[in-house]
Amino acid sequence: MTGSPDPALLVERLAYAYPDGHQALYGVDLRVEPGERVAVLGPNGAGKTTLVLHLNGVLSGGSGRIEVAGLPVAKRNLREIRRRVGIVFQDPDDQLFMPTVGEDVAFGPANFGLSGEALDTRVREALAAVGMTEHADRSPLHLSGGQRRRVALATVLACDPEILVLDEPSSNLEPVARRELAEVLVSLGRTTLMVTHDLPYALQLCPRSVLIDEGVVVADGPTRSLLADTDLLAAHRLELPYGFHLD
Amino acid sequence: MSNLLYCEGSSPVHRLPAQVKIVCALLAVICVVATPRTEFSAFGLYLVVLAGIWTVAAVPVGHVARRAVIEVPFVVIALVMPFLGGGDRIAVLGVSVSEEGTLAGWNILAKGTIGVLTSLTLAATTTPRELVLGLQRLRAPAVLTTIATLMLRYLEVIAAEAKRMRTARISRGHNPRFLWQVGATARGIGALFVRSYERGERVHLAMVSRGWTGRLPDHGAAAAPATWLAGLTPVLLTAGVLVTAVLLP
Repeated sequence: MTGSPDPALLVERLAYAYPDGHQALYGVDLRVEPGERVAVLGPNGAGKTTLVLHLNGVLSGGSGRIEVAGLPVAKRNLREIRRRVGIVFQDPDDQLFMPTVGEDVAFGPANFGLSGEALDTRVREALAAVGMTEHADRSPLHLSGGQRRRVALATVLACDPEILVLDEPSSNLEPVARRELAEVLVSLGRTTLMVTHDLPYALQLCPRSVLIDEGVVVADGPTRSLLADTDLLAAHRLELPYGFHLD
Repeated sequence: MSNLLYCEGSSPVHRLPAQVKIVCALLAVICVVATPRTEFSAFGLYLVVLAGIWTVAAVPVGHVARRAVIEVPFVVIALVMPFLGGGDRIAVLGVSVSEEGTLAGWNILAKGTIGVLTSLTLAATTTPRELVLGLQRLRAPAVLTTIATLMLRYLEVIAAEAKRMRTARISRGHNPRFLWQVGATARGIGALFVRSYERGERVHLAMVSRGWTGRLPDHGAAAAPATWLAGLTPVLLTAGVLVTAVLLP
């Protein structure tokens, strides 16, 4: 967000096959500018999660190139890359593993070298950003689903990432928790990549969408016009929920 | 579940850094084990030291006593030994018992009981989380402390998952009281294992994504020498009893 010419995220011709031979990505191209919120849509098995795990170098070994704010995703940069790419996983129970919320939020920044007052400040700010300040000393186990999701977001925000990557952020959330999370995400004003099946949520939060199927980007454009293309959606096993119409 | 052994409190014993308490408990148990079994009064004095700690920590005796029931299998062995031991026989209350067996039984009973009570005292005044941090500060292998941390966190998650799976089985007419239906329970445990394993992989991914390198961050401070000295008072007392018992004729 410094006005540098580098895109927040650049993916070029990314291809990847799992060790068992299953080819998940066949050459994905994606460019996300700083401050953009982009939805990544696609049916199950389209390669969305495989793409996400490449962004911070958890998966590697395929071909192609990824850069985060100008820094290539490569072994020598992994630490900085993992700070720059904040992934919020689908199940908060996978992400929240420390005994208290506060400790969990401190886990990331502590790994990236913060300590003392600076760490405390970072934890406070991250919890405040998601409206969970008063729960810092509670166990994640005793929070509601929506609260857990927001804490999971805080654990990543605390690392001050260049780009937030959310994997199915709205899954298993009640309508109010869903809306609250959307409000938090909008208020953050950060570059965001949101992987989801939840098309109305994509429309609400992301002006731009990318549709991935069978390991390639099949459509990239304004979310509204993409979701209005019923034939395109149908061709890739996607559809708006019953009663929704976009013109 | 994590509060099964812990007794809420804010006494000086509770506030003591965990690493001090762990070292204290370990050294005290070593002293107890090293005590010759015929020094009967020494074991009584050890018990007095423990009672002193309970008083300072405001841990009710009942709290420790109820949980000490875990020792019962060993007590049974200790009680059987006088009858099974060989060597000289002596008469106790008109019953002929082996002298060697009686002493061996007493040895197990006395040292085992004090060992269990010491561990329970440590657990009653230190939360599981603090215990793990204490071990970490004592330079225990990071792999072990990480496993312990994750176990503490996920035991409840997995227990809840097991409960949900059981409810789902029962809702479909499963009745685990009948022996011939044990197969479903066994398969449920197998499924739970696979799920937990997969969850483990996802947790690991999430940790790596936040820069984890193999060591959990610890924001606690090191204990000052004075704290160590104060915390190790029970060990000094225990060692004092041991030395006196051994040296005095």
